Amino acid sequence: MSLDLHTTAPPGGGGDPARPARATHRRPASFTKLDLKFSPYLYVLPFFVIFAVFSAYPIIYTVWIALTDRSPLNATISFVGLDNFVELLTNDPQFWNAVVNTFGIFLLSTVPQLMLALVLANALNRKLRAQTFFRMAIAMPIITSTAVVALIFSMIYAKEFGLANWLLDLVGMEPIDWRANRFASWFAISTMVDWRWVGYNALIYLAAMQSISKDMYEAAALDGASRRRQFWSITIPQLRPTIIFTLIVSTIGGLQLFTEPLMFTSGAGALSGGSEGQFQTITMYLLDVMNTRFRWGYAGAVALVLFLLIALVSLVNYLLARRISSDK
Amino acid sequence: MTTTTLRPPARPAGRPPRDAHKADRIWKATPLTWVGLVFGVILSLFPFYWMIVIASRTNDAANSWPPPFLPGGKLGENIQRVLENGDANIVKGLMNSFLVSGTITIATVFFGSLAGFAFAKLRFRGKNAMLLIILASMMVPIQLGVLPLYILMAKLEWLNTMPSVTIPFLIGGFGIFMMRQYAEQAVPNELIEAARVDGCSTWRVYWHVVVPALRPAAAVLGLLTFMEQWNQFFWPFVVLADPANPTVQISLRSLNTAYFADNSQIFAGTLVATLPLFVVFVLFGRQIIGGIMEGAVKS
Repeated sequence: MSLDLHTTAPPGGGGDPARPARATHRRPASFTKLDLKFSPYLYVLPFFVIFAVFSAYPIIYTVWIALTDRSPLNATISFVGLDNFVELLTNDPQFWNAVVNTFGIFLLSTVPQLMLALVLANALNRKLRAQTFFRMAIAMPIITSTAVVALIFSMIYAKEFGLANWLLDLVGMEPIDWRANRFASWFAISTMVDWRWVGYNALIYLAAMQSISKDMYEAAALDGASRRRQFWSITIPQLRPTIIFTLIVSTIGGLQLFTEPLMFTSGAGALSGGSEGQFQTITMYLLDVMNTRFRWGYAGAVALVLFLLIALVSLVNYLLARRISSDK
Repeated sequence: MTTTTLRPPARPAGRPPRDAHKADRIWKATPLTWVGLVFGVILSLFPFYWMIVIASRTNDAANSWPPPFLPGGKLGENIQRVLENGDANIVKGLMNSFLVSGTITIATVFFGSLAGFAFAKLRFRGKNAMLLIILASMMVPIQLGVLPLYILMAKLEWLNTMPSVTIPFLIGGFGIFMMRQYAEQAVPNELIEAARVDGCSTWRVYWHVVVPALRPAAAVLGLLTFMEQWNQFFWPFVVLADPANPTVQISLRSLNTAYFADNSQIFAGTLVATLPLFVVFVLFGRQIIGGIMEGAVKS
């Protein structure tokens, strides 16, 4: 789509350079040439400056720091090779606890989240009165911050006087201490994630559904395919690229989970994620190592392993999603 | 797309499809659809309603059994209490959040449109490699570099100041990508050519031809950026440890760490922190939804 601006540029000359610039103002050829050659770089420069200083450099530095025992408490820094990684992977139950928690909450939230979003989008993809109202209403949760969501749900899941326990009481069940029990805390945190993101994903699916040709559905209907059948045989396969997209976005977000579990407790030691770390995620553990134990080299190793996990799971999701839908 | 075999042969133009009535029925909403949708809407709106219920009651009434479901009359009082709460500094937090989110929004729209224009319409060496770097940058979580970034902020003496949460986010890959996608189709090449023939520099082409054409995309990018930045938590939590100079989300955190959890005050705080975005959503909800849906189809 690029234009070769060189050929359309005027041969230059004309105009009074002292006059204030106007649309018809002409410039000397040499200036035009320089302008065409260098201004694109000038226009993309801000990104690359910010990226280099605040992204690329810290990432490279993380790799280096992970190979040392750097800490604000150590007077000298020594190179320790892969020691941090070895310790992390073979001799750190708390890290593995955080990995299990993160994956548990990730699965518990992502699977229902995307399925609910699909169903909701399918419903919105009908002839409806008040389309705009429904879209606005299901999109509302995305305007709240994760911190706000976590605070609201923290009270819903309060041990005493909580809304969730009131509902349980209505149906004759025992109240649950949502923060004490591991699975209960995962469930509570998952609902926070889902409440905020189901509508967002539904809108994305809806957009993709609307770009599927209606002829396909009509032909299927004439052939006697039920709605359910159409959903599985037309909608889902056609949505494959979008499903992969939402899966990867949810993976990146889900494995970085931090704010919801942090705000789930109110005390100062919130980074430890519950009395026995039952809902401490990898990111919470990372900050725990970094800011409470001051093992900076070790924190570098945690950050790198977290990144590798995200990349790996994204890849697995991608392969799975590709396979599942192409079978249909 | 793999299922093109399902596509029926093209119908002769002008003639209604066979059995049009039956085909039309697919798109009708069934009663079950309605029930599901109404249920979904209730679930998605209820927490907002509940926020108002708790924010408008005394703390005792908020912590009662059964939980309250109707708003009380203490909303103004609770909001006043939370605004005056010295530990949370929520007024300072609101001002800081406006400053930070506003600055980032303006910078993202400006730099994003400039770079998007360059990537969509200009020729230069290394363009594709640069685009690839931008795409890759969107995939990298901030946690990966959080420690060196923190050390860098400490060395720059930006800890507990607003530059630490502003400068690194002035322009990101998403803004550039979105603007590039839009510029490719919204800015006609003929118009650029005509401007070149008239002797416009690339800057003047950007300012007089590209900027007017990009206005709708700029509005959407601006809205999404503002919302995202207003809601930032992780990085502010790391670098704004001193409660004297928070963003509004960090103020909420301070409210929650108080020894006696005063829920009606906390909820008044969440209401205050959400109100600006609520206003934005009421005014520009359609554009925000349009932006989310558009971004999805293109990606």
